[in-house]
This record gives sequence, structure tokens and C-alpha cells, in this order.
Amino acid sequence: MACSFPEEVLEHVFSFLTSQKDRNAVSVVCKSWYEMERWCRKRIFVGNCYSVNPRIMIRRFPEVKSVELKGKPHFADFNLVPEGWGGFVYPWIVEIARGYPWLEEIRLKRMVVTDECLEMISKSFKNFKVLVLSSCEGFSTDGLAAIVANCRNLRVLDLRECEVEELSGHWLSHFPDSFTSLESLNMACLLSEVSFSALERLVARSPNLKTLRLNRTVPLEKLSTLLQRAPQLVDFGTGAYSAEIRPDVYSSLADAFSGCKNLKSLSGFWDVTPAYLPAICSVCSLLTSLNLSYATTQSPDLTKIVGQCYNLQRLVVLDYIEDTGLNTISISCKDLRELVVFPSDPFVADADVLLTEQGLVSVSQGCPKLQSVLYFCRQMSNSALISISKNRPNLTCFRLCIIEPRAPDYVTLEPLDVGFGSVVENCKQLTRLSMSGLLTDRVFEYIGTHAKNLDMLSIAFAGDSDLGLHHVLSGCDSLRKLEIRDCPFGDKALLANASKLERMRSLWMSSCFVSFGACKLLGQKMPGLNVEVIDERENISSIPECTPVEKVYIYRTVSGQRFDIPDYVRIMGKDKDGVYDLS
Amino acid sequence: MSVPLEHDYIGLSDASSLKRSSESSNISSDNESNNVFNLKATELSLGLPGFSKDSAQNATKFGPVIKNFMLGAKRGFSDVNLEGSGKWVLKGGSESDLGKAKNGVFEKNQILSHDVKPVEDKKKGPVNENGSAPPSAKAQVVGWPPIRSFRKNTMAANSSKNGEVAEGNLGSGGCLYVKVSMDGAPYLRKIDLKIYHNYAELSKALEKMFSCFTLGQCSSSGIKGREGLSESNLKDLHGSDCVLTYEDKDGDWMLVGDVPWEMFIDSCKRLRITKGSEAIGLAPRSMEKCKNRN
Repeated sequence: MACSFPEEVLEHVFSFLTSQKDRNAVSVVCKSWYEMERWCRKRIFVGNCYSVNPRIMIRRFPEVKSVELKGKPHFADFNLVPEGWGGFVYPWIVEIARGYPWLEEIRLKRMVVTDECLEMISKSFKNFKVLVLSSCEGFSTDGLAAIVANCRNLRVLDLRECEVEELSGHWLSHFPDSFTSLESLNMACLLSEVSFSALERLVARSPNLKTLRLNRTVPLEKLSTLLQRAPQLVDFGTGAYSAEIRPDVYSSLADAFSGCKNLKSLSGFWDVTPAYLPAICSVCSLLTSLNLSYATTQSPDLTKIVGQCYNLQRLVVLDYIEDTGLNTISISCKDLRELVVFPSDPFVADADVLLTEQGLVSVSQGCPKLQSVLYFCRQMSNSALISISKNRPNLTCFRLCIIEPRAPDYVTLEPLDVGFGSVVENCKQLTRLSMSGLLTDRVFEYIGTHAKNLDMLSIAFAGDSDLGLHHVLSGCDSLRKLEIRDCPFGDKALLANASKLERMRSLWMSSCFVSFGACKLLGQKMPGLNVEVIDERENISSIPECTPVEKVYIYRTVSGQRFDIPDYVRIMGKDKDGVYDLS
Repeated sequence: MSVPLEHDYIGLSDASSLKRSSESSNISSDNESNNVFNLKATELSLGLPGFSKDSAQNATKFGPVIKNFMLGAKRGFSDVNLEGSGKWVLKGGSESDLGKAKNGVFEKNQILSHDVKPVEDKKKGPVNENGSAPPSAKAQVVGWPPIRSFRKNTMAANSSKNGEVAEGNLGSGGCLYVKVSMDGAPYLRKIDLKIYHNYAELSKALEKMFSCFTLGQCSSSGIKGREGLSESNLKDLHGSDCVLTYEDKDGDWMLVGDVPWEMFIDSCKRLRITKGSEAIGLAPRSMEKCKNRN
């Protein structure tokens, strides 16, 4: 049947398939579909840069226009992965420069990107359009200058929380005068000052500019100038939002904002002077996304603003919002889909802010579309968790961080097993879960039994024994990413569920009880896995095999072991010749 | 993967809703034709590595095996309480035992503590059992709470701008990560300056961290926790070959040890270990700056 369709028709049909999952499914239907699909796949996503060799990718998919790669494990965000571990994008850039000269988009997350890489990108792809670097490091403003100067068709330059070596702010001035295609510029993570006049001229000659996220050094007084040049902006990030209170500055800012009829997203707001917040009031009703997580203002000022954003879908805010603010949100922001509350002072035992589990309960009650939660707080109870789960069975992402490790239900002093159990039982579409507080093996039993759609699970300071880990590995059918720290999980559960690891992207375990011997065994028995022991102690070779490793990172791969490891990483169970040569 | 023998991995009581692990092909000892799994030496049994099916052997081996868990200075297992209640042990042995024993492998017995505390950075206080922290300076665990560095650094900068003077540097931002590079080393490291209390500790830690790259020529002798150092002591700090320098808030490179520790923590943005000869020129200048400050 499939063969009776001419290729052009099939290709046309396939062009409507955008998700990688769908395309992967299509490609295994039969040989001809495999062939058809591989020739017309335009976007590739590689969730772990060490799982596949770039040559394999290029050989199979010759017409790719967009590549997305992720490098370091997620816990690298919290300094658990030492420097030099890996995630170097250079070898990938070399290969794709050769294999995809017409590549248009590169998206990288948690990778080490050098200036050399950026220069290579800027010179190798004639039609390069989109560069998104999330949580990347290793490059300087010189590398940015190369991109900006050489990529004539650049549309998007998006730097999200990168660590950039800031040699100067001159990079921005390297955009040629003839360059007018900019659609999105996010420089919020940069610390150095850019030339404002260069910025203004750039904005003025970019009629398609939709996203502009400034860095802290752009003063409030200059915002109105930029907004007037770009009233078509959809996504705007301010710089430091503070200035002496002057009526003329305020009114020109308020006017400038009111001229932005398409504005949907606001962010930035470092060092807020509360008196200037109301300048955004005219656009509040337009906003679907608001990030005030750097605004160290108190609840009343925050609430006044957020309460006017009745079309808000995404809110990121500090715990200064307090329970009262969240209660207002639960009444005013009925379209809320995602809530993120960060702690203003995570390293003190007692909070000055009145943010408790109650705030989250209110929002779960009042906001019927709430799907995604990231919430930092200092107390939680089983009953609150049960309420939340019953109010919002449509939750897909639930990440709760109770700041004190192993904090019990503050009312009953019991573990929070039942509460989280209720979350996984009621929220059947839950794909991501991060837990905290006092948790025993029981919670893992609930998770293994109910969390059938869970894709990613993060566990810290929880559990009693290997049984906990076993429940998760044997029960969670959809689990692909598991990250564990400081839990008493050891060899047994890991080895007994070894084959599960090949059906997952990766497993991270640090400060647990997994021994060197078990890692070696796993690496020997499972050729499809790299078992990386990350251990910075001296004299590792003389430590007995039954000693627990500091950290282990296990991931499936078809490209064999990697050779860019630092001295504190060992790929266990594979000798030098244990490489799969697929060239 | 070969299909393993079906056996009770965890022979718990029926109340457990545990799925049998029979569908998944696990690593287990079986007599399938797959040669890899038949090698006695690499045969897996449920138990700690080094565990044998002979219970007599286990009895003699078990003690030292568990003790060995305590090795490794960095693990902080000195926190482990061996006296507490609710301890558990991994009871291995033959598969038939597993099938029979009601509590099976995870019987709560002696040896390992239920109360094992998380690995914490040295120098930090313990977290209490029921989760209540000591009232003053909070015990800090690496990477907890899980907040990205970018946010942590930004918030720390915020609070110092607002003029909050943190007592003992623990109030605003619990850690201060700076990059440490060493000439000739293939990659740099990051350290949290706030876990050290004086130059001696810092020096020792750096020495350890970079010992794999040097012949151990940097010595930390001569520093006994003094806050500021005189000119004659600078040489002691840096030893014969390596010189420790730092970039301060103004972007200048200074010799480490010039200023009181607290002042150093406040102004240090990154560290660099250089060969002595390159840094000689720094010494007079850094003393100048120090004098100007005072």
C-alpha cells in the first residue's frame, strides 16, 4: 500500500510531521518510509550529545537545517558536575560544518562552547539564522562579535543564563549597518555595558524585531527610547528597573509601554524601584508571561501589578509575593498555566516572608488551567499536597522544593509520602516530578505504581533502601531521566534493573551507595551504556571495589565511550578497545 | 538480552504492590546459553559486590565490606550513626532464600544506619534529624537548594547593593563560586570560597585540587590563619614555584594574601595559579594597593 504513493506525496505528508517522536515512529514503518523520512527530516534533537556520534547523524539525515544538542547532566546547574566534565560542542561543530553547509539553526544547552566554535559557526553556514545558547559557557564576547559580524542572515541571538567571559561590550557594535533581519535578541545574562547608541540604531533598523531582552546595564531612563523605536515588540526584558523618581521619566516610560500593542511578555526588572512598576499597567492586560523573579519588591507592590494581568499564563516571581499575593492571583489570573516561585533568601533557616504551602493551595484551587509548578517554600503538609492534587489533576509538571532537606509534614511530623503519593495518583498526566521533604520508600512505591507517564524524576535526601529505587525503575514505564542525590540507594536495585537503563536517556546518582564494583559490572555487561564514575578523590585505583562512588552518570549510547574525559571521570567496564566504530 | 530466570528479587510480604521483575531482562545468574552470564567469576548474585553464596564466607567478609564503605575522606561518613535504631542490612545469599524469607533482602537488622546523613561539605554543621536547622548560620549542602548559579549570583549582588551587611558572609547568597585556572592545566575548576575560613585552608584545598597537574611544588607552609600577611610571608604562602593570584572587583590581578581574609572574599572574582617568575612583578604593586586601602 505504502509503495503505491509516489514519493512526492509521501514527502508532502511527512512535512506535516513536526515532532521528532512522530518522525521516529514513521521511520520504522518500512524501509521505503525510513528512506523517505530521513531525506526530509529538517530538525534534529539530541538529548545527550554523547549518545550518538555526529557522523552517524549526518549520514542518516543529510538535509537537516536545525540541530539541537544538550550536554551536561541537569544537576550541573547546581554545581554537582565539576568543571571539565565534558559537553564540548567543538567536535560537533566541525562535523556539521562539513556535513550541513546550509544549516540554519543551532540550539545548545549546558554545553561548553568556545570562541573558536562560534567563529566556525559564523563562517561555515552561509544561511545561518538562529543561535540559542542555554546555560552554556566557555566563550567570550569576542565569539559573540564573530557571530554578529559574519552572520548576514541572523534572526535570533538568544543567550539564556550563559557564563560569558566579558572582554567588552563592543560585540554589539559589530552588527553591520546593512544588517536588518534581527527578530530576537536576548542578552540578559551579560554583565558588561554595550554602546547604547549602537543598540538604538540596531533596534531602529530591525523592523522584524519581536524579542528584545536587555541586560542590567541599560538604565531605566533609556527604555522609553528603545520602546518607541520598537513598538511592535512582543517580548521585552528591561534592564535595571530603578531610577530617581522623576515624573517626566515616569510618564515617558508609561507612554512608551502603552504604545506597545503587541506586548505579551515582560521580564528583567532587576533592582526595582516600586514607584516605577505601575508604568507597565497599560500592558498588564495584554501580558501572557511575566517574570518578576529579580524584582526584590514587597508583596503589595507586586500584587497590585500582577493582579491586573488577567490574561497571564506564566508567572515567575519571588516569594515576596507571599500567600496573600498568590491568593489574589488565584482570583485574578484565571488563565494561569505555569507558576514559578523562587526563594528570595534560600540560605537562611527562617524566612522573613509569609509564603507557605497555602499560597500554592490557593492557586491550585483558583486557576483551573494550572499545569506546571515550580515552588520553593519552607513548609509543606500532606493535606496541602492532597488538596493540590485533587484540585489540579491536570498537572503535568510538579516541582516542589522544601528548603530544608528531609523536612516532614509540619503539622503531623510524618513523612510526605502520602502527599506526593496523592499527586502521582491523581495527576495522571504528570510527566515531570521533583520531590523534597521527608520521604520513605513508601513514596517510591506509590510512584512506581501510579506514575506511568512520568518522564523525569528528581529525588534528593529521600528513601530508606534499595527498594525505593527498585520501585521507580521497575514501575515507571515512561521514565527517561532520573536524577538522584544523597539517597541510600545502592547496587542491588541498579543491577537488577540494568536493562531499564537502556530504555532511559540517563541516570544520575550522587552521594548514594553505588559501589565501584557495581559500576564496573554494569559497564561490562551493558555495552549500550556508558557508566561514568565521577570521583575526585585521590588514589582511586587503590580504593576497594565495594566503596561507594561519589557520583555516577549512566546513559545509553551508540557511539561507545568518549575520549574527552578529565582525570576524575572513569568510564567503567570498557577497555580502550571497547569502542564502537561506526564510521 | 537473554531472558533471565524468574526469581523473587525482593521477597517482601504480599502487601507490597511490587511488580515481578520477570519481564525485564535483568542481570542475574541463570543457565541460559548466553555465555557472558555463565562465567562464575562475573556471576551476579543479589548482594554486595564481593559477596559470595557461601554464607560462611559472607560472615567473615561482611564486616570488613561494610567498614570499607567508610573509606574516602570526602564522603563525610563520619556522620553515620551506628547506634541508631531502624538499621538495615543487605542480606544476600542464594535465590532460594530470597523466595522463602518473608522480609527477604531488606530485612531490617544491624550494621548500616538508617540515619545516614547526606554528604555535606566539610566544615559545615549537621542537619538535624527532624529537619530543624540550627537557629543561626544554616548548614549548607552543595547544590542545595537547587537554584542555578546565575540566579544565586544575581541575588547575592542584589542584597549587597541594598546595603545588607551579611554577618559572616552567610546571610546573602550562601556560596561564592569562583573559577580557578592554572597555567598549563587542561581545564579550570570552580571552588566555593565561603567554605574556607582562612588562607591556609584555601591554599591546602587548591593544592589538593591541582596536585595532579603539578609535582606538588606549591606548599602551604607558614600560614597559621593570619588574616593579613606581611611582605616576607608572601613568599611562604606561595612556595617556591607556584604563585596564587586573584582578580579583584576592579579587574586588577593581585597576589593572594595581601589583604585580610574577609576583604579578600569580598573582592575576589577569580583565581589563577601561575608560575612564580610571571608573578614577581605583582608583589610591589599589590602591596601599594593594600597600603592605599588602609
